[in-house]
Amino acid sequence: MKWFDYAAPRSLAEALDLLARNPRARPFAGGTDLLVQMRAGQLDPDLLVDLKHIPELNELDCDGSGTLRLGAAVPCCRIYEDERVRRHWPALAEVAEMIGGIPIQSRASLGGNLCNAAPSADSVPVLIALRAVCRIAGPLGERRIAVEEFCTGPGQTVLGPGELLVGFEIPPPEPASGACYLRFTPRAEMDIAVAGAAAAVRLSNGVIAWARVALAAVAPTPLLVREAGDWLADKAPTEENIREAAELARKAAKPITDMRGTAEQRRHLVGVLTRRALQQAIARAREAQP
Amino acid sequence: MTREKVRVQAIVNEQPVEFLCEPRQSLLECLRDILGLTGAKEGCNDGNCGACAVIMDGRLVNSCLVLGVEAHGRRITTIEGLARGAELHPIQRAFLEQGAVQCGFCTPGLILATKVLLDRHPDPSEPQIRRWLANHLCRCTGYDKIVRAVRKAAAELREVRA
Amino acid sequence: MSGGTYRVIGTRPIRHDGADKVTGRALFGADVRLPGMVYGYVLRSPYAHARIRRIDTSRAEKHPGVLAVVTAADLPTGPDRLIDLVEGTLPVSYARANVLARDKVLYKGHAVAAVAAVSRHVAEEAARLIEVEYEPLPPVLDVLEAMREDAPRVLEDLRMREFGELTDKAGNIGEHFRHVLGDVEKGFAEADVIVEREFRTVMVHQGYLEPQSATALWNQDGRVYIWTTTQGAFSAREATAWILDLPVSQVRVTPMEVGGAFGGKIRVYLEPVAALLSRKCGRPVQITMPRRDVFEATGPTPGTYIRVKMGARADGRITAAQVWMAYETGAFPSGQCGFGAICILAPYDIPNVLIDGYDVVVNKPSTAPYRAPGATQAAFAAESVVDELAERLGMDPIEFRLKNAAREGSRRADGLKYQRIGCVEVLEAMRNHPHYRAPLEGPNRGRGVAMGYWFNIGWYSSCTISVNPDGTVNLVEGSVDLSGTRTTIAMQAAEVLGLRPEQVHPVVADTDSIGPTAVTGGSRTTYATGWAAWEAANDVIRQMKQRAALLWEVDPEAVCFEHGVFRSGDRSMTFAELAERLEETGGPVIGRGTVNPSSAGGSFAGAIVDVEVDPETGKVTVLRFTSVQDAGTAINPTAVEGQMQGGSAQGIGWALNEEYYWSPEGAMLNSSLLDYREPTALDVPPIETVIVEVPEPEHPFGVRGVGEANIVPPPAAIANAIYRAIGVRLRQLPMKPSAVLEAIWSKES
Repeated sequence: MKWFDYAAPRSLAEALDLLARNPRARPFAGGTDLLVQMRAGQLDPDLLVDLKHIPELNELDCDGSGTLRLGAAVPCCRIYEDERVRRHWPALAEVAEMIGGIPIQSRASLGGNLCNAAPSADSVPVLIALRAVCRIAGPLGERRIAVEEFCTGPGQTVLGPGELLVGFEIPPPEPASGACYLRFTPRAEMDIAVAGAAAAVRLSNGVIAWARVALAAVAPTPLLVREAGDWLADKAPTEENIREAAELARKAAKPITDMRGTAEQRRHLVGVLTRRALQQAIARAREAQP
Repeated sequence: MTREKVRVQAIVNEQPVEFLCEPRQSLLECLRDILGLTGAKEGCNDGNCGACAVIMDGRLVNSCLVLGVEAHGRRITTIEGLARGAELHPIQRAFLEQGAVQCGFCTPGLILATKVLLDRHPDPSEPQIRRWLANHLCRCTGYDKIVRAVRKAAAELREVRA
Repeated sequence: MSGGTYRVIGTRPIRHDGADKVTGRALFGADVRLPGMVYGYVLRSPYAHARIRRIDTSRAEKHPGVLAVVTAADLPTGPDRLIDLVEGTLPVSYARANVLARDKVLYKGHAVAAVAAVSRHVAEEAARLIEVEYEPLPPVLDVLEAMREDAPRVLEDLRMREFGELTDKAGNIGEHFRHVLGDVEKGFAEADVIVEREFRTVMVHQGYLEPQSATALWNQDGRVYIWTTTQGAFSAREATAWILDLPVSQVRVTPMEVGGAFGGKIRVYLEPVAALLSRKCGRPVQITMPRRDVFEATGPTPGTYIRVKMGARADGRITAAQVWMAYETGAFPSGQCGFGAICILAPYDIPNVLIDGYDVVVNKPSTAPYRAPGATQAAFAAESVVDELAERLGMDPIEFRLKNAAREGSRRADGLKYQRIGCVEVLEAMRNHPHYRAPLEGPNRGRGVAMGYWFNIGWYSSCTISVNPDGTVNLVEGSVDLSGTRTTIAMQAAEVLGLRPEQVHPVVADTDSIGPTAVTGGSRTTYATGWAAWEAANDVIRQMKQRAALLWEVDPEAVCFEHGVFRSGDRSMTFAELAERLEETGGPVIGRGTVNPSSAGGSFAGAIVDVEVDPETGKVTVLRFTSVQDAGTAINPTAVEGQMQGGSAQGIGWALNEEYYWSPEGAMLNSSLLDYREPTALDVPPIETVIVEVPEPEHPFGVRGVGEANIVPPPAAIANAIYRAIGVRLRQLPMKPSAVLEAIWSKES
């Protein structure tokens, strides 16, 4: 691997300063993607800015309104070990347990998963389904965007020069709501999704008040399928309606063929996984009914 | 770039250590090439085999995906630090008694993974064991005897604690 | 042995190297640390097929921290000869061309140059500064395409061997052979049912966890010292010496602990290169392969095209079998098709057989043996057809196999007449196993069975045993220990000597310290080196009897030895008591044993597997797996079970997910342990084992090699189970989810 320098700033201001002054600097959280890509020669930064000592990037807390504030560098293990996350955002805890294996989860963060901008990132569809918002800090101050707006292509994001993803805000769960993420991998674990589907729904008076469906690994970026959610809104959670939403998701997918799967297989899997994820999300929403 | 080596102070296997490393050197390289602790193995250098796993501040990590400089101020346990004097740790003993070792290359990582598992879950189910060990490839055993060894070690450690 | 009962054999002792393996103290290839040692990095070809126009190493040589750079120009061009690698042979010229390409690169990942520097990082940086000018050539990547006359030529000098004779036919076919028994036309005419099918498998890797690593010191006295992770110290010595055109005795190979091999660590890849770098810089040089290089430049086992036609009478008797098989051997010939041909019909007594086999070179990595090399692909084809025949005849698949099972006196396709074998016993154990009778309920679930065979190898081994004054012995052996053979060899010596296993201290020696011993491969180590240990132990007893006779003033013939006690008349001494008195009776006692059995008893294995298929995703989950194998006498049942479980898991991986996934240009795209998808602990079920013991007639303890046959049945058994689960027969490996889905879709349409 090429030589690089290492810095471990203790404050957000210090980190932003380092990033602003070094165009070839790269933020470094868990390193589980970054170091692999550097060894493969895909990236060759001059400076790694370690984010794991910055308080804002390592917070995991609920504010007064019940919103989850999740620092971009918080490792997966802290997420799924957190009782509040397990209770209120179980789909988030589950996806944190799904990424890599135990030693990966000690390091890998959801901020890293998003910034790596792989179409197959497992946590991103879940964050999208849960309406998570990104907090971005940069030379010009802080801005917020929805997670679904963050990735612009494979490995590409909206982050401008000197900008840093600080963390996520995930709104409190609504009553009678549920979410679920399912992915398909040839191995049981330790694998990259051939396709993935996240679903979140809220039930109200026997109908679906709203639903959100987001997909992994079937487009250049993680994909929010608005038409599936729109179609389900105000409809009964019947098998037929679920199938129709899954069909809309299947149509929205723009998969490619690569070593991990064929385009045809992926498109087919989107339909299967979306249907199953919606069924489970609805089941959870029913359980969560007061 | 400065091209300066970095001084790192850490606790490795209960002993304070101090070393100079390049930022590009992984913790695995520092353990093996600088500290002479070759028990952690390089199988893939990208986090997919688990042969390099060590315990850092109570968490299992792939030392190939940790920079050596990050070890500063941390407490690290490698396979060399598990036995107590001349006595094997019960997990090490169980691996031997159950025939869970064939070539032995994945063994250090698996034993340390088992240590963290049993510290957190003293009575794991078989699916839980398999899930916990899924980041650790073993090409020799088919995992069967490893799972048995983990169960045996768990039972023994529960007895010790009781 | 008295009463036919053993005191050591059949027990499950703790391994002699156990403590080292669980404390991190065991030293594997890359754990070698020598004073002044520097690190090497190998630059590899980005093309699958290209002519090398020019290599300019000057920038790399000037890079700070670089000590030496080598290319093929640093290799000698000595005389050609065949290196015998037990499971195959390779001309030195090809071995040399493989370690550093001279005129042409033959596969992506082919070594082109190497750098030694103060660290791996610096060596890698410098290697990127080497300028290589390539003239890309069209690659040939498919076995059938490579056989066409107009296909690009991989090796210009390759001439086909046909029916054992070298011909002047140029092309990509290294060998065409044929096995004939009886008359297949007549056999098919007698058949009531005939099934003919085509099968495809792709390259897979042995997948050992430890990457290749070699350390070399070209000493200032001219001797070359090698520390390496190899299955055979002596074969590595021979290959390294011959590639470097040195007398073999000028090279000493110290075998390190081996982190898995399965046939993939017989060849040398790095040893001669590290030696050349060391000669240039005067320091020890260590080269360890990155995982990508392990996939791209070592080991894969051939992809295949196999056509099988079989006929059977309505009464269930197979009347004829015809096979046409072509194996892609990678850049150089490997002979693995021949092994596949020996094994493909081996479990059956078939009167009329015709097998045509072809070894074909393609622009892919040079293939190496993988656990029963060539047999797993072959069994996938044959056992699928056998299953279909049984189904067509309405017979139980095990009963059908039993009806046709090979037994003592049956002829193998290559003509060999079987001695006592355990094929029937394995099938009976499968039929009687609770797994085979257990109900399998639920939709999309199915149970399949298959058989497999590996012929096993004898060959030469050496052991010495020296007696310690405290009544224990030291056992020095030449067999590299891959999985616990120190113990299975020591147990055979202990049985003879009346000692406990832990009273035998086994040491795997370097090539200066023990007699020649062939590689740990071919399931030969517990068999042949154990036999050598038996010889050495008996030599010790013979000498010790003489010492006892001296002390007792009797004829040595009058001394007997049983259960660790020497006796003559009413006088007796334990082994330990006599060991203490060697000094006064003539000095140390050292026993030696060398063997060179020309053959070994083959091993049959069977698998019973239950699967569940998700018809919506194509995913196959293995629910239950039972492996049955004839081990001959099981020296250490724990080790035997371990071999069976390991081979089964590899077979499951091969069946379901493992593959070399190629770009159209011939680059492997999934050269990581993430995307190659070896099974994790979650991908295999608990693996039940049944050890069948039909003693091998020649071996003093009846040992049969047990390392290989177990990998052979799983892919076919899983294919047969999938068929019973969802009614679709898959005839290509891997049976990955996309392939299963496509098979379901084409059945539906």
